[in-house]
Amino acid sequence: MSILIFLEHHANELQKGSLAVLSKAASLGAGEVAGVVVGSGVEGLASQAAAFGAATVYVADDPKLEAPLPQPRVDAIAQLVADKGFETVLFAQSILAADIASGLAARLDAGLNWQLTDLSAVGGELVGKQSALGDSVLVDVGWRSTPRLGLFRSGAFDPVEQPAAGTVERFEPQLQEHSLAAEMVEQAHAEESGPSIEDADVIVAGGRGLGEPEKFALVEDLAKALGGAVAATRAVVDAGWYPYSAQVGQTGKSVAPTLYVACGISGAIQHKVGMQGSKTIVAINKDPNAPIFEFADLGVVGDLHQIVPRLTELVRARKA
Amino acid sequence: MKIAVCVKEVPDATAHKRIDAATKRLDRSGEGALNAFDANAVEEALRLKDATGEGEVVVVSMGPERALNSLRKALAMGADRAVLISDEGAAGSDLVATSRTLAKALEREQPDLVLFGQQSSDSDGAVLWAAVAERLRRPVISQVAELTLEEGSLTGKRQTEFGYDVIRAPLPAVVAVADSINEPRYPSLKGIMGAKSKPQETVSLADLGVDPGDAGEAGSRTEVLALSEPPPRGETRKIEDDGSAAEQIVAFLAEKRLLS
Repeated sequence: MSILIFLEHHANELQKGSLAVLSKAASLGAGEVAGVVVGSGVEGLASQAAAFGAATVYVADDPKLEAPLPQPRVDAIAQLVADKGFETVLFAQSILAADIASGLAARLDAGLNWQLTDLSAVGGELVGKQSALGDSVLVDVGWRSTPRLGLFRSGAFDPVEQPAAGTVERFEPQLQEHSLAAEMVEQAHAEESGPSIEDADVIVAGGRGLGEPEKFALVEDLAKALGGAVAATRAVVDAGWYPYSAQVGQTGKSVAPTLYVACGISGAIQHKVGMQGSKTIVAINKDPNAPIFEFADLGVVGDLHQIVPRLTELVRARKA
Repeated sequence: MKIAVCVKEVPDATAHKRIDAATKRLDRSGEGALNAFDANAVEEALRLKDATGEGEVVVVSMGPERALNSLRKALAMGADRAVLISDEGAAGSDLVATSRTLAKALEREQPDLVLFGQQSSDSDGAVLWAAVAERLRRPVISQVAELTLEEGSLTGKRQTEFGYDVIRAPLPAVVAVADSINEPRYPSLKGIMGAKSKPQETVSLADLGVDPGDAGEAGSRTEVLALSEPPPRGETRKIEDDGSAAEQIVAFLAEKRLLS
């Protein structure tokens, strides 16, 4: 049973999520595990990835593959599956990975399971755990044929470095005409400001409920008192209240701090997927029906403009 | 310009969603509604049609017969026509089977542009467009927050984990829009009245030339093996602020050893 993992990279850095899926696959002990890196000038990344549990890292290195567009990557992975006979291809959830996995499913008529939080090998078969219906039910999912495709939810595992590093092998994918039709005119480069929220142990996040951009000071003060970082929802980033680098959610960062304090955030699915891995969630919102109360460990129905400054004061006093 | 918008009927937002233990499928017996994310795609199609001053917007869906009720909302918003693929043999379709059947219906329509909403609220899936684009062998752009039409092509500005991408693709193309792209209009009374008389076609797998073995559970490559309760997320506590909320939060954090 051989498993291939798509290794995503951005700004010359391998994404932690895909390395984590690679390590998880290696830990299954269910046959050979390989990785694939696709891009331009990425051979160095391939050797780095080889340290995380891949016996072989295949690399397609071509200027035509520079832009992180999904369709040429479908061509590359489909070719590897055909040539090397991989029975399973796994991805860490991302916007790019989801589009590749889905395109690949159609290309190969291969079953795709998504929102996976775990995977195990049971008697020569793979069984995935899928979190469904807003995390209200856990589903054991399987595949009826090979290749099997799976998309893992971010934060499901951690990358583990292995003592023996694998080898790197180049391959030349044949790209199809329709796969090259879309063209990247301008590629995203987010400006980072301050420490990355992805590594923060404590995060205080603000949403629309703050009412106006100036009120982000409340969130910043509490974050400072708790020794944490500041995050924001897509709605307030779109509105220009806070920089994009602080955005948590489906189209932002995925975070899993020890403590996440959500101020004036409704908890829409777009935001939830980026922070549901947090160990403890405290939510303050004036709307008692806000979805965030369904998954917050402590939900407080009330006016954040009263509660947050008082909370900051109490935390400061306690730490003083 | 002909635009096809792929939409889905999902359980109404107020309904308690559950998976039927016997069929291992989502229980769709309750009230249904148009997937809210799809309204953004319908809205964008209508805006593009208005901007070009001509063309047709057709909504395409797959589901039980009664999903026509939800399609009528799209017609009430202003879409011209609805096509519903409805067939017992299509029930239980996974991504492989759904994308194949939907692509057949789209091939019949030959649209210049195929639009999708950001995700479905019931399956938490956000993948179908890429599979459909692959079957149609067309370029695809997802998460589009700004869409501009040019002569024979379109440009989408989209948000990813890393910031904003700008991607151009020749038509025909497949685009999935983000829910931040627009505010969907509310259907007017006139729109609602007019929707009933707009063309609504129900087609079967046979009509589309889809082999029964390629649709529904038979044509699916994934399966649900078992259902279980998620591990408890600890106890979720909800309190109303009585003036002491800040104190209660501090006590909670101290109890969890999150405050030094």
